[in-house]
Amino acid sequence: MIEKNLIIIGGGPAGLAAAKSAYDSGERDILILERENTLGGILNQCIHNGFGLHTFKEELTGPEYANRYVQQVLARNIEYKLGATVISVTNDKVITCVSEADGLVKYHAKAIILACGCRERPRGGINIAGSRCAGVFSAGTAQKLVNIDGYMVGKEVVILGSGDIGLIMARRMTFEGAKVKAVVELMPYSSGLNRNIVQCLKDFDIPLMFSHTVVDIKGKDRVESVVIAQVDEKLQPIMSTAQEIKCDTLLLSVGLLPENELAKFANVQLSNVTGGGVVDDKMMTNVEGIFQCGNVLHVHDLVDFVSEESELAGKCAVDYINNGKTESDYVELQTSGGVRYVVPQKISRKVDTGELKLKMRVANVFKNRRLVVEVDGEEIFSKKRPVVAPGEMETITLKADQLDKVSKGQSVVVCLKEV
Amino acid sequence: MSKIIIIGAGVVGSSIARELARYNADVLVLESANDVACGTSKANSGIVHAGFDAKPNTLKAKFNILGNAMFDRLSVELDFPFKRIGAMVLCFDEKDYPALEELYHKGEANGVKGLEILPGDKARELEPHISKEVVAVLRAPSSGIVGPYEMTIAFAENACVNGVEFLFNKKVTNVRKAEDMVVECADGTSYHADMVINCAGVFADEINNMACDKKMQIVARKGEYMLLDKTNGYLASHTLFQLPTKMGKGILVSPTTHGNILIGPTAHDMLDKENVSTTVDGLNEVYKMASMSVPELNKRMVITQFSGLRAHNVDGDFVIGESEVKGFYNVAGIESPGLTSAPAIGDYVAKDVAKIMNLESNPNFVPVREGIKQFSTMDDTQRAEIIKKNPLYGKVVCRCEVVTEGEIVDSINRPLGAKDLDGVKRRTRAGMGRCQSGFCTSRIMEILSRELGKDMTKITKFGGKSNVVIGRVKQ
Ligand SMILES: Cc1cc2nc3c(=O)[nH]c(=O)nc-3n(C[C@H](O)[C@H](O)[C@H](O)COP(=O)(O)OP(=O)(O)OC[C@H]3O[C@@H](n4cnc5c(N)ncnc54)[C@H](O)[C@@H]3O)c2cc1C
Ligand SMILES: Cc1cc2nc3c(=O)[nH]c(=O)nc-3n(C[C@H](O)[C@H](O)[C@H](O)COP(=O)(O)OP(=O)(O)OC[C@H]3O[C@@H](n4cnc5c(N)ncnc54)[C@H](O)[C@@H]3O)c2cc1C
Repeated sequence: MIEKNLIIIGGGPAGLAAAKSAYDSGERDILILERENTLGGILNQCIHNGFGLHTFKEELTGPEYANRYVQQVLARNIEYKLGATVISVTNDKVITCVSEADGLVKYHAKAIILACGCRERPRGGINIAGSRCAGVFSAGTAQKLVNIDGYMVGKEVVILGSGDIGLIMARRMTFEGAKVKAVVELMPYSSGLNRNIVQCLKDFDIPLMFSHTVVDIKGKDRVESVVIAQVDEKLQPIMSTAQEIKCDTLLLSVGLLPENELAKFANVQLSNVTGGGVVDDKMMTNVEGIFQCGNVLHVHDLVDFVSEESELAGKCAVDYINNGKTESDYVELQTSGGVRYVVPQKISRKVDTGELKLKMRVANVFKNRRLVVEVDGEEIFSKKRPVVAPGEMETITLKADQLDKVSKGQSVVVCLKEV
Repeated sequence: MSKIIIIGAGVVGSSIARELARYNADVLVLESANDVACGTSKANSGIVHAGFDAKPNTLKAKFNILGNAMFDRLSVELDFPFKRIGAMVLCFDEKDYPALEELYHKGEANGVKGLEILPGDKARELEPHISKEVVAVLRAPSSGIVGPYEMTIAFAENACVNGVEFLFNKKVTNVRKAEDMVVECADGTSYHADMVINCAGVFADEINNMACDKKMQIVARKGEYMLLDKTNGYLASHTLFQLPTKMGKGILVSPTTHGNILIGPTAHDMLDKENVSTTVDGLNEVYKMASMSVPELNKRMVITQFSGLRAHNVDGDFVIGESEVKGFYNVAGIESPGLTSAPAIGDYVAKDVAKIMNLESNPNFVPVREGIKQFSTMDDTQRAEIIKKNPLYGKVVCRCEVVTEGEIVDSINRPLGAKDLDGVKRRTRAGMGRCQSGFCTSRIMEILSRELGKDMTKITKFGGKSNVVIGRVKQ
């Protein structure tokens, strides 16, 4: 058993930012475990522009953004291992890791940050009927094959789901000479960023069909066509509207799911809304000394927010290593009126982090609303939002004086209200 | 040496091939797909039936009972997953109670041991998640579950190391009697044999009708399924059938040998015998019916769907034996309980053919086969040891099922090794987990490409034209 103060599982943007910030908070005994052969996480395959506008005030590609953090980790000489897969974590913070280089190694850490990212929802998860032939990919798998491995996945493409990866792949496939025939979205709105709809579809005249879904996949060896149909208010397909689209490829961009298998081993409490852990304002889970940040906690729209959140987790983990758990009284945050979730889910009364950022997603597209925080029915915060949409994360920053109004036993609700 | 050709490398053809390897004969298996277990043997319920359902005095009843008893030994000898977990037939209505008793008596007549009828409350003590509506159950402790493709692969591998030759992508288009038997394939090749054994599943009627005047008709009856994530494994510990009523045969809910929950199958006759696509209606039916047995089932936990085709002989029973054409032997109409019966059918057919052809036994036959060493089921000491021996076991390729590069390389390089993504998947479970190969597809393609010395663009999902990528991107 190897003893460490802080072990970070995952060397993506979340893990890297947490490591950097833990170092800058004074911790020197840090280890990052990453199963891939490079640091940087999923950003390595996101070769398009548009990362870092918030953090660096310039537009970077995914690998460039990741590299900024990699450089900061290298400059601090923080220890990391590549090709190292963590296969279990216990609630007394024993980590089992396997790698080609070191074999099976057990570590014990004073604090653990889970920064394992997310995975894509597969075809099976949405029950699309039809042939089980080749040519059906999740958008991220196609992104890896095209961007990292350099192989084309098809010539004529239909994309189901208008998540960001799907939108970005629509443009990428078009650049590579494929014909993207349609992006089909079940909901009456997109789950992706508006800027991606404009830059990836509108600029290339790719039709985006709302309230439609794929009802059949045809083809013996490889996809030959898909059948799409409109759906009613209950999201059930209206078969009389069915139409067949010839294509050789179907890409699925139907949602991301936090990768929480390790958290389950350690008995970390998970939210059934986000799929990630239930954390306090220090990013600590219900298991003392186990923290979460990045996409493993909740799926982010912009990596800048991942970095920000993870720096907080790094700092708080060091605080825990030095001082132990200092807070036990929590106020649970509730949501209502169109707010689907808020992270953190609970806050402690004494907040020594100064201001507090609450991150949330809404359940539908709403116009002319206010984002409101109420304490026992009294509004302590309100912010006007002309439009809110499920695809874009919303943030509320509460100042120390606003937080002073919150004490144990009170009900704190985050909600949307009419203007 | 006597020459024998087996048509079809499903569980039946593979079991017969393995049993025939006990004799001195020249055995060749011709299979139209790219791998073994690509037909019905890969898509079924995977139940080792106790035998209470089969009509007494049929071949189905006989081979079911004989087959069931062989699994404990065989699964150890050939290293495939098998668990004797027992089954329950759920009765939802007092009025149907006589039908439950009838099933009990049919089971007794067939020689099924240990059957008991339990009241609903007693059943819920054993299976807390079954519906409150269940009034009584028939419990059959000798029922089990098996990994159907693992079992087929195990038979075939063991046949192969004992000298049976397998040829793939050999679609048989004609079988005729000349001086000996001649078997012609779609690629223009032809093969001669003294005995041809027809194990072609849903196409066994076509093969029979090529060789024999006495025609046969086999209807393909589709069954659709949904598979749930392992985290739902707690929902059932027995195989849960529904008592057949006027409403239909019912839908089962069962654990699989790997701890997932399987629900299905439907039953719809198909004109197209190659159509194994799933349908919206079929999947809805599966879910709705299965929820009657276990109301807690959650559609959001479904990770994949599939369907298989029953080879239903319109005359009802299995057809096993030499046909009116000497040298042409049918093993046809092998629908459920075909998987359960396969070991006994293999044993019977090999002995029968050996008698007909006067075969001598093969003194070099090795009955034991060792499967791929599974990292996910080892303890940490075993894991540390195997990585020391083979560092590729330290590289996890499939995250969800924790499958390492060591296992994938073994699956490709062992006898009758994997040649495509589905082949790797069925041998190692890589890509069978909750992400359904989202992360590992390209890694497995690279390993296949490297081990087989094949370009990435030639790597397929399941042979034929099922290529995964179509070429390089623009430079
Ligand atoms: C396919 C895909 C495409 C995306 N495209 C975009 C985009 O175009 N634009 C955008 O803004 N956002 C995109 N995102 C969102 C983006 O992932 C996040 O903004 C950001 O990368 C999340 O950072 P992270 O560190 O939380 O997760 P990741 O970047 O996923 O990093 C997690 C790391 O943890 C490692 N890991 C996980 N489990 C283990 C373990 N058991 N042992 C060892 N290591 C482990 C993983 O290998 C990975 O490197 C995409 C996400 C996905 C899944
Ligand atoms: C929905 C469903 C559920 C079932 N559940 C159970 C169960 O729980 N328990 C149980 O005991 N049984 C069950 N069965 C039955 C069992 O799956 C089958 O009896 C068994 O798999 C049949 O094996 P086989 O080898 O005869 O057929 P297959 O596995 O279909 O093999 C036939 C092979 O022949 C090949 N072939 C066909 N035509 C040609 C040709 N012209 N040239 C060359 N090769 C050819 C095919 O490619 C195929 O590989 C179920 C069946 C279905 C469909």
